[in-house]
Amino acid sequence: MFDEKDLILDAKHVTRKFPASNNRTLVACNDINLKLYKGKTLGLVGESGCGKSTFMRFLVSLDTPTEGEIYFHGKDITKMKGEELRQNRQKIQMVFQDPSGSFNPKMKIRDIICEPLMNFNRIRKSEKDAVARKYLELVDLPGDFADRYPHSMSGGQRQRIAIARAIVLEPEVVVMDEATCALDVSVQKTIIELIVKLQKEKNIAIGFIAHDLGLIQSFAHQIAVMYLGNIVEVIPAEELNKSASHPYTKALMGAIFDINMDFTKKIESIESEAPSPLDVPTGCPFQDRCEHYMEICKQVRPTRIELEPGHEVACHLFEKEGCHLHEDHCDVCREMP
Amino acid sequence: MLELKDVTISYKNRPTVKNFNLSLEQGKICSIVGESGSGKTTVIRAVLGLLAGGGKVTEGDILFEGKSLLKNTREEWRKLRGTDISMIFQDSGAMTNQTRVIGKQFVEYIRTHEDISKKDAWDKGIKMLERMRLPSGDNIMKSYPFQLSGGMRQRVGIAMAMTFQPKLLLADEPTSALDVTTQAQIVRQMMELRDEYKTSIIVVTHNLGVAAYMSDFIVVMKDGEIVDAGGRDHILHRSESEYTKGLLDAVPSLGGVRYV
Repeated sequence: MFDEKDLILDAKHVTRKFPASNNRTLVACNDINLKLYKGKTLGLVGESGCGKSTFMRFLVSLDTPTEGEIYFHGKDITKMKGEELRQNRQKIQMVFQDPSGSFNPKMKIRDIICEPLMNFNRIRKSEKDAVARKYLELVDLPGDFADRYPHSMSGGQRQRIAIARAIVLEPEVVVMDEATCALDVSVQKTIIELIVKLQKEKNIAIGFIAHDLGLIQSFAHQIAVMYLGNIVEVIPAEELNKSASHPYTKALMGAIFDINMDFTKKIESIESEAPSPLDVPTGCPFQDRCEHYMEICKQVRPTRIELEPGHEVACHLFEKEGCHLHEDHCDVCREMP
Repeated sequence: MLELKDVTISYKNRPTVKNFNLSLEQGKICSIVGESGSGKTTVIRAVLGLLAGGGKVTEGDILFEGKSLLKNTREEWRKLRGTDISMIFQDSGAMTNQTRVIGKQFVEYIRTHEDISKKDAWDKGIKMLERMRLPSGDNIMKSYPFQLSGGMRQRVGIAMAMTFQPKLLLADEPTSALDVTTQAQIVRQMMELRDEYKTSIIVVTHNLGVAAYMSDFIVVMKDGEIVDAGGRDHILHRSESEYTKGLLDAVPSLGGVRYV
């Protein structure tokens, strides 16, 4: 479904370790391989603390991984420095979760939207008003908002301003970190519609962080599920409902309160909480909470294998063809090296 | 057991909630849903007499077990809050003192309402925590709030609120700061409380899925007024209110609308 020539951003074996107390290390991202394509959205889903924001921050060069490379048009952005890095930032922009926290409260909307352009000398001062109006209208806000301050706007309007500021440099990639989760559902819907509209117009690649699978499957092209620093499943969004395979993905789906759900059924959810990322078990990270736990899960960390084109899963249940179909799959898997 | 009759609540003479009616029976769960600023939190704060910033009930009456709450004296409120009526907040971590361990605050809370020794109060606290499926209650009593995860803090909040088996539990967005998996656990736990203790619960939430799943009765609010009210089936399938339909339409759903 994805054309390799549309590949924009390619993260290879990205690992990030943070030093922790008592000479331990916290592995926030462990050997992550993900790709972003032109005009497509990658949704990254996981519980809090699983490392999804840490990963997305590498893409915008707010942090650098300890190992691995991220290729943007074939060039490794993790090694960039100085002016080259500064110029590169025009191409990759970000929208944050809390829009009010990402604006200077003493700047007018006009200056907020035009600041990136001014930084790169792309417009003159006299053009600011026209540019601000153009982009305000692009995000469906009246042009007169240019004279306002952030505090006199609602959360949804502020998020639109944040989006306008991110696209004003005409970037190729926009990273959105839970950009809608602070908003009401009705406002959230309009923002998602706006994002989809802009993506189609400008052919932007979007990396979207969320914890709501229901939301992300409504507009992403590809969904990556992350658990304790590991990508456990990558799946095309339209397949999610039908063929999600990893036990963790299923658990996440089972825990969603859906207005179309069967209300007579009890909501399923994993009972336990995720272990601390400081003591991720060897073997499969999900072993303690998994209902299909097998002996091998304790010893060997599963690698990602392809089930269908574009659908990859890291779970021992799927390592041998048809293995998960047999009732005695434990024995089969135990014999594996 | 709880009845709100034509209640109007004003902040500085500006009515924020208008003509609110609700009657809740023992052992029932009621949800109040609506967008931010629709006045849902104001309603449950009024029930507990905790209106912020000079808010006042200007019209109508709030009856709890047949007795008006509006004429309560300070002493009467003190006896009622935390024992007969309790509240859980969006982030239970924020209501605790970050520089004191959970146990000390729990003991202080229990001893405010009951005349028992510190040791007994401590044990009672552990017992409550374990009932909320928090393993190793002793450890949690000795931890500081910031050492616990969001889900654990919320459970501590519920454990504290349930210590005296209140007749009415008010919950203000109890799950909106949590992950989906933790949210499901907390929702299930609250429903078990109802089954076990016959506690009546009012939940304020913006998550229509949660509201539909757990409640017997749903109230939809907009701009301080009730625009729709009824059972789950009525709200989800037979509502005639355009506003309710719009809200339902906006809820993302697995296998629902796709924009791409």
